[in-house]
Amino acid sequence: MFGLDAVELARAQFAFTVTFHIIFPAFSIGLASYLAVLEALWLWTGRDVYLNVFNYWLKIFAIAFAMGVVSGIVMSYQFGTNWSVYSDKVGPVIGPLMAYEVLTAFFLEAGFLGVMLFGLKRVGPKLHFLATLMVAIGTLISAFWILSANSWMQTPAGYAVNAEGQFVSVDWLKVIFNPSFPYRLVHMVLAAYLTTSLVVGAVGAWHLLRNPHLPGPRVMFSMAMWMAALVAPLQILVGDQHGLNTLEHQPVKIMAMEGHFESHKDGAPLYLFGWPDQEKGELKWALGIPKFGSLILKHQIDAPMAGLDTVPRQDWPPVPITFWSFRIMVGLGLLMLGLGLFSLWERWRGRLYINRGLHRFAIAMGPAGFVAVIAGWVTTETGRQPFTVYGLLRTADSVSPLAAPAVGASLLAFIIVYFIIFAAGVLYILRLMAEPPHPGEPGPSSTEPVRSAGITPAAGVVQGAGS
Amino acid sequence: MNVAVDLATLWAFIIALAVFIYVVMDGFDLGLGILFPLFPGKQDRDVITNTVAPVWDGNETWLVLGGGGLMAAFPLAYSILLPALYAPLIAMLVGLIFRGVAFEFRWRTRATRNLWDIAFAGGSWVAALAQGIALGAILQGVHVEGRHYAGGWWDWLTPFSILTGISLVVGYALLGATWLILKTEGDLRDKAYRISWVLLVLMLLAIAAVSLATPLLTIQYAQRWFSWPAIVLTAPVPLAVIGVTVLLMKNLAQKHDGWPFFLALALFFLSYAGLGISMYPYIVPQSVTIWRAAAPERSQLIMLPGVLVLVPLILGYTGWAYWVFRGKVGHDAGYH
Repeated sequence: MFGLDAVELARAQFAFTVTFHIIFPAFSIGLASYLAVLEALWLWTGRDVYLNVFNYWLKIFAIAFAMGVVSGIVMSYQFGTNWSVYSDKVGPVIGPLMAYEVLTAFFLEAGFLGVMLFGLKRVGPKLHFLATLMVAIGTLISAFWILSANSWMQTPAGYAVNAEGQFVSVDWLKVIFNPSFPYRLVHMVLAAYLTTSLVVGAVGAWHLLRNPHLPGPRVMFSMAMWMAALVAPLQILVGDQHGLNTLEHQPVKIMAMEGHFESHKDGAPLYLFGWPDQEKGELKWALGIPKFGSLILKHQIDAPMAGLDTVPRQDWPPVPITFWSFRIMVGLGLLMLGLGLFSLWERWRGRLYINRGLHRFAIAMGPAGFVAVIAGWVTTETGRQPFTVYGLLRTADSVSPLAAPAVGASLLAFIIVYFIIFAAGVLYILRLMAEPPHPGEPGPSSTEPVRSAGITPAAGVVQGAGS
Repeated sequence: MNVAVDLATLWAFIIALAVFIYVVMDGFDLGLGILFPLFPGKQDRDVITNTVAPVWDGNETWLVLGGGGLMAAFPLAYSILLPALYAPLIAMLVGLIFRGVAFEFRWRTRATRNLWDIAFAGGSWVAALAQGIALGAILQGVHVEGRHYAGGWWDWLTPFSILTGISLVVGYALLGATWLILKTEGDLRDKAYRISWVLLVLMLLAIAAVSLATPLLTIQYAQRWFSWPAIVLTAPVPLAVIGVTVLLMKNLAQKHDGWPFFLALALFFLSYAGLGISMYPYIVPQSVTIWRAAAPERSQLIMLPGVLVLVPLILGYTGWAYWVFRGKVGHDAGYH
């Protein structure tokens, strides 16, 4: 089907379904924390605007979370349907990490989600805040485990191989806290926060463009721009550290990211652009800064750097994809930094809520986080090829004994279904975003009476004390 | 070695428990989707979806635990069974996607609400049917060579697996109907009573058909059920089914709102125990035992404290969430 063999189809299916899936966790990790902060501010200050903004984003959260859940279930079964040999061999190491993700994170999120979405009036503000907090913590715990599992595939540690050819753990702490895990975890959680702040900022900016006096959009925009200004530079630092870690443990990935086909004895250039030609093994029309690659990666201007010419061809990752997706991520990261700095400047000049140029920039950057997250994952996952477990298990040796038509048909089914779901979900979310938060903004329980008296924090506290 | 043997059995129980809790919890909300075509009114449909809106998410998480737990504790079984069940599992996932998002989407649109209602019902039907077919396909055994599934892509499709598929749809629908008796009032509840009677009869027929067909699949199942002294252990199961059925009929006739749901669950439990009796100690019937499929000891051990501590905790806060949303759901409750 599509002229691809079963392995390529299985890879296409994984790439498609995981790309679709990651959009939602990236958003819901950040949004859950944002909601917890908003509710805390409401409880602390008693200002209605925080509750309004909270309820506004809560409805959007409900949709995004549902889409994340259903696309996530597909992931947990796909390991078995399409990658059964991988599951058999790696299951004893990866399986427990994922089981702990389910036990410590998924249940926590799902268990408290109902109360978070619909329970404010039933349990009162304090218990409700606890529920919100549990959901937010659950998203972070989930990130912890799944990134540990992914990182183990990138930088395996603490394992042995048994007689059946299965990977088994000899030291769980080394498995969990494998060398690339801390960097990847921080990088991804910050990415989720940035992504969310860009979405929130864009929605705030959209409404400020029409009316710069609306209290809800002002709160959103101000908080989002603080986040962008603080986290974007931090993320660039973390990304640099992550890159150094990759250079240490997965140097071939760095060669592909940098377009270093050839080795450099005294200082490698930093290629800004170029056209990687995998077959010929060269970077065409390269535009680079001499010695800068060594400066960034080795912090030393004429440090020698090996290129792909030192690596057997069959171990090369697909260079063009890795090269370009990396540049997309970095480019967007720099734009985010620009937005953050611009907003700081305008805030200092007292023009944060009235500078239309800033607002337009923020709107344009609204989807940038998603694109950067996907580009970053494409870089790291493609850069790990041709292995599923880096250096140890080849992707071609990981697949199920598959018939191409079966995988092709399921791929086609997922593509059709996901596009329907995605189009509808995005439409409903955009429709919610098109309205600014109103005074007395209802939560997801829209048929409940709007803003009933018993729902203010003060009354809730009294109620809580009385019961 | 002894430790490993006990661990494998323990983990088989844990996975079986996770799957059973899934069946208990997602069964009734899939059942609501199955019954959707019988409730065409918008108000009724709002109430029906509202009875599970706060909890469906948690219910579905047990399915992830079942799948993830199987991969972690019995990776060999996971890697044989999932390719063997390829088509039904993909169908199940697609069904669950549609019905999951329909919960949220149907509240966000007036124009296409009917379409999402169809997605909710259709997704529930497909998911339930696919789960039942998968169950039948496992029971009838799959072709294994070495550590791989070696059969074809349509091996799962037999009259037996179709029978188990339909049976599960009927069973889930019965759970859904008795759930509505528990959670609703007025005309909606009265209708649920009438539907429950019909579904109970169908369910008994389904249990009888599957029970008769299973021993015919292989001689091992027949011996398991009918040989002496095993029959001392197996005979109480059908007797208990009869007992529970009588109780259920009595409660349906006397219109005790609270009990039919739990008695329907008891029927499920007995059927499920019967499956366990048929399969044990195989995890892939007739080819792979739980001991052969077991992950290395260290993998099964590391998860044990997690399960023993966290599952009770999870049941605790899940119970709390159900408690928060307890009681009858009326037309005005509107969690959305």
